[in-house]
Amino acid sequence: MIRFEAVEKRFGRNEVLRGLDLEVPAGQTTVIIGRSGSGKSVLLKHIVGLLKPDRGRVLVDGLAVHELAPDELTRLRGRIGYVFQFAALLDSLTVGDNVRLGLRRRGLPEDEIEARVQGCLELVGLAGQVERLPAELSGGMRKRAGIARALALRPDYILFDEPTTGLDPVTTASMDALMLQSRRQFGATCVIVSHDMASVFAVADRIAMLHDGRIRQAGTPEQIRESDDAVVRGFIEGRAEEAAA
Amino acid sequence: MTPQATRMMGMGAVGHALGAAITATGRATLGAARALRDSSAWTPHLLPQMRRLGADSVPIALFLAVFTGIVLALLADYIFTGAVPMYFVGTLVTKAVMMELGPVLTGMALAGRVGANVAAELGTMRVTEQVDALETLSYNPYSYLVVPRVLAATLMFPLITALAVALGVVAGWLTAVNTLDLTSLEFVKGAQLFYRAKDVWYGLVKAASFGGAVALIGALIGLRTRGGAQGVGRAATRAVVFGCMAILVLDAFWAVVLL
Repeated sequence: MIRFEAVEKRFGRNEVLRGLDLEVPAGQTTVIIGRSGSGKSVLLKHIVGLLKPDRGRVLVDGLAVHELAPDELTRLRGRIGYVFQFAALLDSLTVGDNVRLGLRRRGLPEDEIEARVQGCLELVGLAGQVERLPAELSGGMRKRAGIARALALRPDYILFDEPTTGLDPVTTASMDALMLQSRRQFGATCVIVSHDMASVFAVADRIAMLHDGRIRQAGTPEQIRESDDAVVRGFIEGRAEEAAA
Repeated sequence: MTPQATRMMGMGAVGHALGAAITATGRATLGAARALRDSSAWTPHLLPQMRRLGADSVPIALFLAVFTGIVLALLADYIFTGAVPMYFVGTLVTKAVMMELGPVLTGMALAGRVGANVAAELGTMRVTEQVDALETLSYNPYSYLVVPRVLAATLMFPLITALAVALGVVAGWLTAVNTLDLTSLEFVKGAQLFYRAKDVWYGLVKAASFGGAVALIGALIGLRTRGGAQGVGRAATRAVVFGCMAILVLDAFWAVVLL
């Protein structure tokens, strides 16, 4: 389970998280929604220790992430797969080597590494792209390669940062199917940051709306859909004035 | 406020700054030790980096060395004519190229090429979240990115400098015998006159330190890049400027310590 306890984070004068509390139950897909710039990606980066809270704590399975020693943090990161918004594939490495990267770090035998690389690239529909460089792939293919890199680690947690942003509707639908499949196949707890509401309702077990640095409302997709909170309704129905209130 | 209170406040601030500097140095040392210890992360990248930062830099270093040798020979002739025996042209060319101009000019040229290259590459990786991705895959970015580049530059700068020095001396010799009233024997006599083994290793030690500093500065500036393409451009510029400054400071440092 992942828990945020009164987390505060500011960048200069910009107060992004203002005492945020949130629980992400194990084995479910929780989607964080909110307007662009509301701090969704910032929240995600706290889970893997890429950012440290100014105040409060982020707990993963009871471990306070920012209090961990470097070796403990490395071990924790080995259990978390992170899919970046723009994939963040190492552009000097081929697709295959990008997927191998985390596996080599774990010291797995070469034959197992190759089996996992092939399996994960097949799962995301990139089986024939092992030797291609990221620059030679489309945006959607890069995102799928990023998912393969995260899944290859067979993580307990998978964090998706805006997985469908900038994709066409067909690729978005295949990305949704891929997220659902990866959860079913690997049984991981998923945290997805998104503002694509069609995709959100397609994949979420729980939805939490981030607004003004705090969780405005969290609940099942039905509860969010039927919310009487004007800000939540404004956001999911795409009404600017109410969503900004 | 009394002068005594002002003085106490000033001392407090200095003490605070000193404490912070010691803490930062301690952290950096521990971080560097941790990064070096993680050899499985950096060893696969050492040879490729030695080729990329070192071997690929040879042409620019040799180009500089040739013209440095030519100019030095002509300059020596201009200075010495009528006052000093001409074989001192050989002395000046070899001493100056081996001990100072070879290492420093090569270092400066490579500060532009290597420093900017490292800063721009790592800066781009930082702003495109590739460095974050490495961290989430349990890699220490300092082990994976910084250590191989710093070691490669530290090992390769002396080799490139040695080549540049050799070519600079040859260029000076050819210039002297072809354009000045000087024979090859006289040039060699001058070169041998005050020669000491230290002349060679002094230049190479300096070159190694320049390589380490240039790559380290480029890498650290690159990893601190913010703000997209503009930030990457700024990082590359700063890496070159600070790299050149570091070379001059180290040059003075080695002169004080070793001469």
